[in-house]
Amino acid sequence: MSSPLSASDVLNREFLEVRARLLQVAAALDRLDRAAGSVDDDPRMRNIQRVLEVLRSGDPKRAEQVQMIFSRPYSPQWREGFEISRKG
Amino acid sequence: MYYIDPHIHMVSRVTDDYETLAKMGCVAMSEPAFWAGFDRGTVDGFRDYFRQLTEFEPKRASWYGVRHYTWLCINAKEAENVRLAREVIALVGELLDTPGVLGIGEIGLNKNTRNEAIVFLEHVDLAMKTGEQILIHTPHLEDKYQGTRMILDMLSDDRRIDRGRVLVDHVEEHTIREVLDRGFWAGMTLYPVSKCTPERAVDMVELYGPERLLVNSAGDWGPSKPTAVPDFILAMRLRGHPESLIRRIVYDNPLQFFRQSRRFEFTPPQ
Repeated sequence: MSSPLSASDVLNREFLEVRARLLQVAAALDRLDRAAGSVDDDPRMRNIQRVLEVLRSGDPKRAEQVQMIFSRPYSPQWREGFEISRKG
Repeated sequence: MYYIDPHIHMVSRVTDDYETLAKMGCVAMSEPAFWAGFDRGTVDGFRDYFRQLTEFEPKRASWYGVRHYTWLCINAKEAENVRLAREVIALVGELLDTPGVLGIGEIGLNKNTRNEAIVFLEHVDLAMKTGEQILIHTPHLEDKYQGTRMILDMLSDDRRIDRGRVLVDHVEEHTIREVLDRGFWAGMTLYPVSKCTPERAVDMVELYGPERLLVNSAGDWGPSKPTAVPDFILAMRLRGHPESLIRRIVYDNPLQFFRQSRRFEFTPPQ
């Protein structure tokens, strides 16, 4: 199902909100820079940097990719660790 | 536009919220059993809570002409205590014929632990033995993808399950496709921070279509808006989507899902 709005319509509607949210992110990063100490090695910062790269990409599924960056990994073998057998 | 909120925790809301929701077009809601804000210590705590869900909340809703239904379970946050969980599951089994009880929920995972999985499976087993519908909570934030995949694995293992009678709630961009592709219903919960916004929910409607898709406000302890479904309705209109599509998602789909419960009685507004 496509969106009834044109790209121009979407940008006109969303620009101010996108601008505001990007400013929030920029200001938060500035606060980190001003704060004492370093969090460069914090896995959350590495995830934030990965997300920023996704946002710059031309991939049409950025939201999904960002969700996955912030997600714990899934293993199909999880039942073995829990000693729970498949049913049926 | 009339709408139905399929997942809203009214025990955490004041009576004024019922009035507001009624004024905004809510004609029915379903409230799954959830966490009290603390871990309950005994099965009697759950017994009293279930009375509130099945007796007082429907009464409170009726003051404003809203139909209230409920689901029963011990939620995933309290499932680490397996002994207590089994007592509560036994109690749930005694109460499933209570008027207004639509099925078992919201069961699921929280931190994706072994005990949570065990308790989830025992709930599913009860639901299969009693022919109940199931409403499922998927975990928050970083635990959501892993937990949703584990839940879908457990459901898919059980051949007794009719996937069309199971609602997997709180889906987001990285979990919705798997839920729908496997034949389950998918619920999008509209929270300002920790779940999905109305705009992103509209995106997912555009990507995946309206079939087996629901939206809800959840409206529980964290920052949430009980009026989030009307927010979604407005967002859909502003995107230019037709009233028929909006109505399908917020009214027809919940009815289609709930009508599969033998205790669902509802007279549509004239």
